[in-house]
Amino acid sequence: MVTAGKRNWLPISKPTRPTGKERQQTMIESLFFYVLSGVLVLSALMVISAQNPVHAVLFLILAFFNAAGLFVLLGAEFLAMILVIVYVGAVAVLFLFVVMMLDINFAELRRGMGRYLPLSGLVGTVMLVEFFWIFSKWTSDTAAVAPHMRHAPLEVSNTHALGQVLYTHYAYIFQLSGLILLVAMIGAITLTLRHRPNVRRQEVSRQVDRHPKDVLRVEKINSGEGVS
Amino acid sequence: MAPQELLLNYLPIVVFLVIATGLACVMVLASFIAAKQKPDAEKLSAYECGFEPFGDARSKFDVRFYLVSILFIIFDLEIAFLFPWAVTLGSIGLYGFWSMMVFLGVLTIGFIYEWRKGALDWE
Repeated sequence: MVTAGKRNWLPISKPTRPTGKERQQTMIESLFFYVLSGVLVLSALMVISAQNPVHAVLFLILAFFNAAGLFVLLGAEFLAMILVIVYVGAVAVLFLFVVMMLDINFAELRRGMGRYLPLSGLVGTVMLVEFFWIFSKWTSDTAAVAPHMRHAPLEVSNTHALGQVLYTHYAYIFQLSGLILLVAMIGAITLTLRHRPNVRRQEVSRQVDRHPKDVLRVEKINSGEGVS
Repeated sequence: MAPQELLLNYLPIVVFLVIATGLACVMVLASFIAAKQKPDAEKLSAYECGFEPFGDARSKFDVRFYLVSILFIIFDLEIAFLFPWAVTLGSIGLYGFWSMMVFLGVLTIGFIYEWRKGALDWE
C-alpha cells in the first residue's frame, strides 16, 4: 500500500537523512495529498447522497478534478490530463444529458422506497460483509507484486513512458480497446438512430451537382409587362 | 526530471486555483452581506421573460444530442491514444507504427459505418 507520507516513486536508494528543505517539500506534498483526497472522498459521498441528480453530476466533476490532482502528485501527468479531457469534458456531459433525458419525478421515486427497502438492504448488507471479509483476510506479498507495479520512470515524461509500452508490449490490449470503441460506436448508433419520414435532409452531392445553367433563368422584362 | 521539479511546474496552477476560489467566495459573500435583502413572493419566483413561468426547467432532451456526444467521446479517446504514440514514434519501431494503424483502421470502419448510416446528419 502506498501511504501518503512515503511516496514510493522517489528513488529509494537514498541513505542520507532528509535535509530540512527536503522534509519541508515532503510535508507540502502530503498536505496537497490530504486536501485533494479529502475533497475527493467528500464529493464522492455527495454524488451518492445528493437529492438532485444534476448536483450529483456536478459533484462527480469535482471528484474527477481532485483525482486528476492526485495523478499529478504521483507524476502521472498524461493520465491527469486525460482524466480532465475525457471524463470532465465528455463523460460528465454525457451524464448530464442522461440525467436530463430521464425526466425523473422525485415524489414518485421516493414512494416505492418502503417496498424495496428489505431487498436493497439485504443486498447492501451482503456486499458490506463481503468487503469486510476481503479486506480483513486479503494480504499480498509485496515482493511478488513489485515486478508488475513498477514506478513511473523518472528520467522520461509520463507520456513517453506510456507510449513505449502501450503500442508494442500491450499491443493486444490496445487493439482490444479499439474494438471496444467500435462496439460502442455501432451500439450507440443502432440504439438511438431513428430516421423520421418526411424530413427534408441536406444532400451534399445534390447541392454540389447543382449548376446555375439548370436552375437559373435570366429574363428580359420590358417595362409595363410581367413575366409569363 | 525529478518529481519535485515536475510538481513545481504546477505551482502557477495552484496559485490560480487559490485566487479563483478566493475571488468567487469574496464575490458571493460580499453581495450577500452588502446587498439589501427584502424577499417577497414575486421576487423569488422564477423569471421567464416577464410572463408567468410555464413548465419545468428540466425538459426532455432529444436522444440525438446523446448520440452526437457519445460519438464525440469515442473520437476524443482515439486522439488521446495518438498522443503517446506520436511522442514515442521514434523508439517503438515499425511494430508500434502498424499497431496504431490497425487501431485507426478499426475505428475508421466505425466511422464509415456511421457516415453511411447518416448518424452525423442533422435532420
